[in-house]
Amino acid sequence: MKEHEHLIYKYLRSSKKFPHIWCPGCGIGILLGALIRAIDSGGYSKDDIVLISGIGCSGRLPTYVDFNTLHTTHGRALTFATGIKLANPSLKVIAVMGDGDATAIGGNHFIHTARRNVGITSIVINNNTYGMTGGQFSPTTPFGLKTSSSPYGNLESTFDICGLAREAGATFVARSTVYHARLLEEIIGLALNKEGFSVVEVISNCTTYFGREIGLASPVEMLKWQRDNAVLVEKAKDLRDEELKQKIVIGVLVDRKAPAYHELYKKLIAKCRLENDEI
Amino acid sequence: MAGCRFYAGYPITPATEIMEQMSRQLPKVGGVFIQMEDEIASLGAVIGASLAGLKSMTATSGPGFSLMQEHISFACMAEVPCVIVDVMRGGPSTGLPTQPSQGDVMQARWGAHGDHPIIVLCPSSTYEFFDLTIKAFNLSERYRIPVILLADEVVAHMRESVTLPPKEKIVIEERRKPSVPPEWYIPYDDRQTDVPAMPAFGEGYRYHVTGLAHDIRGYPTTRNDEVGPLIDRLFNKISKNFHLLQWFDSYETEDSIVTIIAYGSVARSALHAVKEARKKGLKVGLVKLKVLWPFMRHTVMTFLESSAKVLVPEMNMGQLSREVKRVNQGRCEIVTLNKADGTMLSPKEILRSLEDIYP
Repeated sequence: MKEHEHLIYKYLRSSKKFPHIWCPGCGIGILLGALIRAIDSGGYSKDDIVLISGIGCSGRLPTYVDFNTLHTTHGRALTFATGIKLANPSLKVIAVMGDGDATAIGGNHFIHTARRNVGITSIVINNNTYGMTGGQFSPTTPFGLKTSSSPYGNLESTFDICGLAREAGATFVARSTVYHARLLEEIIGLALNKEGFSVVEVISNCTTYFGREIGLASPVEMLKWQRDNAVLVEKAKDLRDEELKQKIVIGVLVDRKAPAYHELYKKLIAKCRLENDEI
Repeated sequence: MAGCRFYAGYPITPATEIMEQMSRQLPKVGGVFIQMEDEIASLGAVIGASLAGLKSMTATSGPGFSLMQEHISFACMAEVPCVIVDVMRGGPSTGLPTQPSQGDVMQARWGAHGDHPIIVLCPSSTYEFFDLTIKAFNLSERYRIPVILLADEVVAHMRESVTLPPKEKIVIEERRKPSVPPEWYIPYDDRQTDVPAMPAFGEGYRYHVTGLAHDIRGYPTTRNDEVGPLIDRLFNKISKNFHLLQWFDSYETEDSIVTIIAYGSVARSALHAVKEARKKGLKVGLVKLKVLWPFMRHTVMTFLESSAKVLVPEMNMGQLSREVKRVNQGRCEIVTLNKADGTMLSPKEILRSLEDIYP
C-alpha cells in the first residue's frame, strides 16, 4: 500500500483536476494503475513519456497524470502519435483509446499505424460500448444485444481487436482484462519494451451502460464475469474452437520482430545526408 | 528555407507535386516525410510533429481540405503552429481535378467548426508562393495558429523564373519557448501576452494539450469565467495584430475611377486587363490582396472610397465579393465577375467587364 501511495504522489497531477470523471466501478482506473506501475518499473523518465488519447471516457485518462499529455480528436490519437514519434524518436509514445475510438472512427488509422509498424504502444480499452455518449453499440458489442441505439437488437458482428492488430502487422499483441490487473501490468511492460507497434487490448467493464444492457448490474459481477470467462493463452491451446468462442483469451498473443518505421526512416536520413554531402 | 522539417500528406491533384518534392528533400536535411492514409491523418501527424518541436506542414486540394477541417479546428483550439497549403480546384465534391478555381475562400475562413480566427494567405506568382510560404511559417510560429496558403491551380502549376533573395535577407521566426523553469510554467498563461510560450514535448515541461476548452493550465474546463477569456485571447492574438497583416499590391490606383480587387491568378489577368484599359484611356486600377483572412477591411475601404466602382472578379460564384460588399456599406458600386466552369478568368473577359461598367 505504501508503495502505491508513493506512485500516486509521483505520477498523478496534484493540481485541480480531481475528482476524475469516471463512474464508480469503472475499469479504466484499474488500467491507469497498471499503466503507471508498468511505466515506473520500466524506469522511464516522465519527461520522455508522451501519453496520448482520443475521445470518450478513455480520452480523459492523460489529463490526470504527470507526463507530456495530449488529448486529441475522436479516433485520431494514432495519427498525432505517429507525428510525435517520427519528430522525436527518443520519446516513448503511448496511445490510449477506446473500442469505438480505435476500431470504428479510428479503424483506418489503427490498421495503417500497425502496418507501418511505427514505434507506438497502443492500449485499447474495450468496454464493448460507447460509454460517454450513453451506451450505444460499438464494433465490439455482441450481436443481437439491445442497446440505446439498437433497441431491436444489434445487427452487426464484432471486431476481434487483437486479430485485427495481428493481421495488420503489429509486432506485439496482447490481451488482458482489468480483473487480471497483475497480468495487465506485465503485458503493458512488455509492450512498452517493443521497438515497433504494440497493442494491448484491455477488456474493461462499463457498469453504468454495458453492464445494465447485459444484465450484470454491479462492477463486482462484471469483474467476476471476466474472471470466469478469461482463459490464459497457454491453456487456450487445449480448448476446442466452440469452447473458445465463449472465452476471452488473455496473455501475449503475438510477439515478433520487424523493423520499426522510425528506425527505417532514421537510416534513410543518414543515407540521404551522406549522398547530399557527396554532391 | 522556412525551417520546415516535417511533412505528412496524402496524394491529391493538383497538390501532389509539393508532396513529391518534400519526400525527396526533407530526409536530406534531417527532416521527416510521411505519406499518411488520408488527409485527416496527415494533419494529425503534422500537429503531433509540431508539438514535438518541428515546423510542420501539409498540402492538399478541395476534397482533402474538407477532411482536414477537424484538425484545423483542433490546431486553433490547442494553439499548435502548422501550415496547410490548399491548391484550389473546381468543386463541389470531386469536381474538376486539375482545373482552376477559387472555390475554397469561404471554407478556408469558416470550414472548421467553432468560432475561431484564422490566417489565410494567397499567392499570385511563383515568387509570391515562395515568399508567402516563409511568411506563413513565421506567422504560424509567432501566433501559434494554423496558417493556410490558399493557391489556385494556375499559380500552383505555374513555372516562371524567380530571383530568390540571399539567405541572410530572409527573416525566419521561431516559436517562443518558456523562459521559466518547468515548475513555474503555466501552459496557457494569459497575463503577459496573448501568445503563450510553447515548449516541445520531451523538453521537461510536462503539460497537457487538449481540444477541449481549457483553463490556463491546459486542463479541461466548462467554467464560463475561464472559457470566455480563452476564446477572447484566441481572437485577440490576431485582432490586436491586424495592422501587421496588411499585405497587398496596388497598380494605377492613384486616379482610378474603376478599381479591381482580385487575388491569386485572377489578379494576373486583371493586371493585364488594367494595362490594356489604360492604353485605351480608361482610368482603372488594381488592388491585389495577398492576405484574404483576416479580411483587410481598412485597406479595402480606402479604395472603396476613392473609386466610383469596384470590380471583384473571382473564379467562384462570388465569395470574397461578399466581404467587399459588407465593408462597402454604400461607399461605391460593387460589380462582380464570376466564373466557375474550370477555366481561368482571362484578361479579355476582365477587360470587357471593365469597359461595360466604366462610367
